Amino acid sequence: MTALGLGMRQGVLEIKQFFRSRESFVFTLLFPVLLLVIFGAIFNFEIAPGVQFTQYFAAGMLAAGLLAVGFQNLAIQIPIERDRGVLKRLRGTPMPPWVYFAGKVGMVLGAGVLITAVLLTVGVLFYDVPLPATTGAWLTLGWVSALGITACTLLGIAFSSVARTGRGAPAVVTPIALVLQFISGVFFVYTQLPAWMQQVAALFPLKWMTQGMRSVFLPDSYAAQEVAGSWELGRVALVLAAWCVAGLLLCLFTFRWTTRRDG
Amino acid sequence: MSGDSAISVRGLRKAYGQTVAVADVDLSVSRGEVFALLGPNGAGKTTTVEILEGFRRRDAGEVSVLGVDPAAGGRAWRARVGIVLQGTGEFDELTVGEVVRHFARFYPDPDDPAAVIARVGLADKVRARTHSLSGGQKRRLDVALGIIGRPELLFLDEPTTGFDPQARRDFWGLIRDLASGGTTILLTTHYLEEAEALADRVGVIAAGRLAAVAPPRELGDRAHQPATVTWGTPDGRLRSEVTATPTALVAKLAAEAGGSEIPGLTVTRPTLEDIYLTMIGEKQ
Repeated sequence: MTALGLGMRQGVLEIKQFFRSRESFVFTLLFPVLLLVIFGAIFNFEIAPGVQFTQYFAAGMLAAGLLAVGFQNLAIQIPIERDRGVLKRLRGTPMPPWVYFAGKVGMVLGAGVLITAVLLTVGVLFYDVPLPATTGAWLTLGWVSALGITACTLLGIAFSSVARTGRGAPAVVTPIALVLQFISGVFFVYTQLPAWMQQVAALFPLKWMTQGMRSVFLPDSYAAQEVAGSWELGRVALVLAAWCVAGLLLCLFTFRWTTRRDG
Repeated sequence: MSGDSAISVRGLRKAYGQTVAVADVDLSVSRGEVFALLGPNGAGKTTTVEILEGFRRRDAGEVSVLGVDPAAGGRAWRARVGIVLQGTGEFDELTVGEVVRHFARFYPDPDDPAAVIARVGLADKVRARTHSLSGGQKRRLDVALGIIGRPELLFLDEPTTGFDPQARRDFWGLIRDLASGGTTILLTTHYLEEAEALADRVGVIAAGRLAAVAPPRELGDRAHQPATVTWGTPDGRLRSEVTATPTALVAKLAAEAGGSEIPGLTVTRPTLEDIYLTMIGEKQ
């Protein structure tokens, strides 16, 4: 079988596993939708003339959804697979190592497209989120999602080496994702946060992903309300690209196929 | 290193911090041979085998597995080696058939997945999710994954730990079947009867050293150990005598009995277990 074909088959297998596993299905796909519904029902007010908080929140949740399928999903799943000996078994075969990662990327992409579609549908139907009106807006949605999910995927793989055991992984990963969501303009309006919190959030990719998403789904008039008075799309691209490079380097130098016990 | 040996090890050493796990092990396994590395838990079996499998780095020594240094073994080498690791692996939500078919794709000349699944006795579990298998069935799946690439050399690290006696016997049949097909097998075990039942030669490993290497029947020079002859005396009591010449003693007893049966006659030599326990006892 060709190398490329092998990568595709690995992806198909990963997607099968993802949809068969109730945990990943519920936590990764349903949880963001649930949050959107709950927050949408509680916080229903205008944050600027003609801009509802639910619209702001829906844009943030689209970014958080990508964080969930890329970062949280992989940073939890890979340590579990490492603990169960799946990685070591694969390493003992002639499989080229990149095939494993190609499979993960395939799964994340599939889940990312799905969660985006679901959140967008719920947002459009119930929370007055407008579909992108112009080709340019669609393009922005495309590249922000692509760069964002790439950064999250690489960081998820890199972070998979942090948790000591598969069982401990959710306890390490979930709080990080949650805190990032609080400070990056998902649950709260970013500009209303204390300055130091904004500074911290600006170091991480999620803040830039939410900002990029807002540029797509909020009216252009709202750009003036952002920290810089504009959407800063150039900077969004730059920061996310930098995180992709950093994530890739971390993956290359820290990835472990075996547990620490294995020496 | 000789061309017809599957595994050749000289002066292998591995330490974890201050703890020496493997100390100066020399080992040679011929092609087509079934070799058992026998020893108690913590003796250094898995460390040795995982160095040979290319999973661990060694501190010193020469190692050649199928003519290649495992520390530098690439994909072509991996395709010739089958590995059954210690403990069972879990592939989460995939079925037996999916996992075996998928692993087959990694190899240049794989066996037929359905045939391999049948061979390990999982034909009726093809559609079962791997997490629903019993411990023994999971182990069989591990073996299926180990042999799907038609390996020249198969590593089996404690393949039957936790099996019930019947499952163990079934498993032995599978291993013999593989061996008769010409596969070289290196297995580790802490079950003596397993080494005795399967191996052409047994290496007893204790505290990181090879205490002895011999065919099971000759281990510890068992054939020449003094035998214990036990028989019943006319007054109904049992007598025992340890002797280097049991045949002569039995002949003498037979003459005394005047051709009738000697009650309760037994001749025993130390069991492999006795010898093994002495061996690892000496080393500890």
